[in-house]
Amino acid sequence: MHAVNLSHPADFEAWRSAARRMILADARPEAVDWRVGSDAGLFGEAEPAGGGRGPGGRGFSVPRGFMDLAESVVCHRDPARFAVLYSLLWRLTHGETGLLEIVSDREVYRAEAMARAVRRDIHKMHAFVRFRQRDGHYLAWFEPDHFIVDQAAPFFARRFANMDWSILTPDRSAHWDGEMLHLAPGASRRDVPDDDALEEYWRSYYANIFNPARLKIAAMQAEMPRKYWHNLPEARMIAPLIREAGRRTAGMIEAEGTAAPAKATRWAEAFARELPPVQDDGGLEACRRCGLWQAATQAVPGEGPAGAALMLVGEQPGDQEDLAGRAFVGPAGQLLDRAMKEAGIERTECYVTNAVKHFKFTPRGKRRIHQSPDAGEIEHCRWWLTKEIATVRPRLIVALGATAGRSLLRRPVAVMRERGAVLATGSDYRVVLTVHPSFLLRLPDAERKAAEYERFVADLRLAAAAAA
Amino acid sequence: MLKKLEILADAAKYDASCSSSGSDRKNSAGTKHGIGSTEGMGICHAYAPDGRCISLLKILLTNFCVYDCLYCVNRRSSNVRRARFTPEEVVDLTLGFYRRNYIEGLFLSSGIIQSPDYTMEQIVQVARMLREQHGFRGYIHLKTIPDASPELLAEAGRYADRLSINVELPVEASLGKLAPEKDGAAIRRSMGRLRLNIEQAKEEPRGPRFAPGGQSTQMIVGADTTDDKGILATSDRLYNAYRLRRVYYSAFSPIPDASSGLPPGAPPLMREHRLYQADWLMRFYSFEAGEIVPQGGLLDLEIDPKLAWALGNRHRFPVDVNKADRESLLRVPGMGVRTVDRLLSIRRHKAVRMEDLGRLRVQLAKVAPFIVTADRQIGQSALDRLDLRARLMPKPAQLSLPLFA
Repeated sequence: MHAVNLSHPADFEAWRSAARRMILADARPEAVDWRVGSDAGLFGEAEPAGGGRGPGGRGFSVPRGFMDLAESVVCHRDPARFAVLYSLLWRLTHGETGLLEIVSDREVYRAEAMARAVRRDIHKMHAFVRFRQRDGHYLAWFEPDHFIVDQAAPFFARRFANMDWSILTPDRSAHWDGEMLHLAPGASRRDVPDDDALEEYWRSYYANIFNPARLKIAAMQAEMPRKYWHNLPEARMIAPLIREAGRRTAGMIEAEGTAAPAKATRWAEAFARELPPVQDDGGLEACRRCGLWQAATQAVPGEGPAGAALMLVGEQPGDQEDLAGRAFVGPAGQLLDRAMKEAGIERTECYVTNAVKHFKFTPRGKRRIHQSPDAGEIEHCRWWLTKEIATVRPRLIVALGATAGRSLLRRPVAVMRERGAVLATGSDYRVVLTVHPSFLLRLPDAERKAAEYERFVADLRLAAAAAA
Repeated sequence: MLKKLEILADAAKYDASCSSSGSDRKNSAGTKHGIGSTEGMGICHAYAPDGRCISLLKILLTNFCVYDCLYCVNRRSSNVRRARFTPEEVVDLTLGFYRRNYIEGLFLSSGIIQSPDYTMEQIVQVARMLREQHGFRGYIHLKTIPDASPELLAEAGRYADRLSINVELPVEASLGKLAPEKDGAAIRRSMGRLRLNIEQAKEEPRGPRFAPGGQSTQMIVGADTTDDKGILATSDRLYNAYRLRRVYYSAFSPIPDASSGLPPGAPPLMREHRLYQADWLMRFYSFEAGEIVPQGGLLDLEIDPKLAWALGNRHRFPVDVNKADRESLLRVPGMGVRTVDRLLSIRRHKAVRMEDLGRLRVQLAKVAPFIVTADRQIGQSALDRLDLRARLMPKPAQLSLPLFA
């Protein structure tokens, strides 16, 4: 039997180096007796001297995950914690390298349960410590389940870096003076003031943020168990709040409606003067000609100077355009910008718009997947496009893709066959048909992409020349 | 001051959000005057007897409001007591509570006074004082007023960890009826702008900060007649259009001096609970909005939506826990994301048996009819039992609901 003596109950570093020596000395788990502080050293021989060479005759290493687990487990109050960890370490270094992934293994499960309890205890300490102020010093009394003060305290040092504070517990205390964290032996509840000026406010907040119509006592207790209540200043409100909840709720449900106060009308009138007049002039944003407005964020109007010689018409706004309310600002828009520049066209001198003004999509997972508008939607929205054309009076319109082509030429089009020519229409503008820039974005093959991009730029050049 | 706190906390309680998670990491270590930290996971500092977490000081700057939303305790036609904090008062209260470790930070909202920009400016001023004068590094959640100016929005985003705009009601028609001054289109436009700002800030870490904790919203359940299918369709759209971190569902609750146009009843708490479960299925279990709600448009109140889905799709079961892919395992009633991931790692080393599931703290009675393990085969016949639903129904005593709900 080997006896290992640890100086304090959550002494991770000492456990770690002792465990390392034990493994190297080939000490089997059942042959090691782990003790803390004064209860050690009654019998059993002292630790074996080093010099063993460990499993397989070499040094050894353990997965990072084990060290994280062990750091938590050593804080547990269960006296068996060191032995459980050592047994895991033994198995990890004796052939069961993937052991920690088998969470349902009896020992892994036990260690995980301890680690979970410790982490929860730390979390609850972060949550339920309540400071009371005395002469600029913030003091708190807290009673954790496990030996967690050392692990829980740095959080308070990061958060309250410029406060003098002390957290006292029965086993250990943490003090912060603005520069250094000092860990000291346990203290007494009497060392902490028994009130604080703000607790009355805190209790008032607690009582008033509670909704009596939603009483869920078990849900509260699951997260804030009774054992914490005697150190929480707000907890004394719990019983009266629960007691009164039913009566208060019934009162609200049964109350007769009251007449609005006289000042309500004055407020409404004063406010109405401040707001700009509501736009209900049958503008694009109010368009309900088809159903696409329902799922979209907004209608996206065209942009550019009236009198522009060249107009470009895309299909419909995409995800980004729908959010920003501006045409061609997403990835396809950026590609269009590049191609226009290469074709010698200034975008600011053109009028850029879409055949359909609302974004049509289907939701898939976390994304909105573009869907082409159908003939009816294109038809309904042509009303707006026609209005834009009448205002801008362009000499030539570039139809980007089949939807724009269909809207402008009033017939189904075959983009690949009909591109590269200036097409006459029945109206006083001509059309150059080409692909939509998003077609280029979707091409997987780099070589084809480059070739198609060149054709696209050539179409734009043709349009620019025809518009000049 | 105490009186003001009473009124303005009472006025804020109908906003369900209290999260303080998922923002950037910051703390006051090494600073001269700073106070506070946010470290990823938020902390609930207390729980009220309504089961809700208290993480933030959630108050209104004022409950004076020129709007007249029928469901709202603060509507202008209500006779509730009114109060207004000065920005300094909110700052002092926030810091006082924070120093005593009562809270993670501030969730500030306000009734609309004078104009959207004026109201937003008041809210932003509080955040500005906290961050710039006091070096506050705790969590700040600001309610955003739709149609406030882009400059104010940019400033709000710089100071806040999270911004939110409440859609309030699941469909626009209801908004028109119950909240006539609210503009659904403006709400959507503002959410769109928030998403663009949030994403831009994420892409340019050196550029100005903008609400690293994202945006959220709230929908009131049961104030209008929209069914669960409609509610979840709206949530789905909000998640994928505006990348919301959360949609909160708030059962329409009795309020003091309720409008006679919308008389209060007991809040539909179980329905709210089921909507949260369904929402979870959409976000973490790869369920599509359309497949969760059964015909008829309402979620089953007696059993959870995943179990209801499984009972309606028995041909998809049993699932072999030793062979099935992650997606199929996630659809097994009683199996959470964590359990599934642990199973996947266990099964790389050994065949999974019932006792393994037991140690993963899985409710065996609930999963058993739907799975096959190395030591337990079940045939389709067990699944075909007509009384399966009744057998799997939770016992009434297990529900954590008040008796009169």
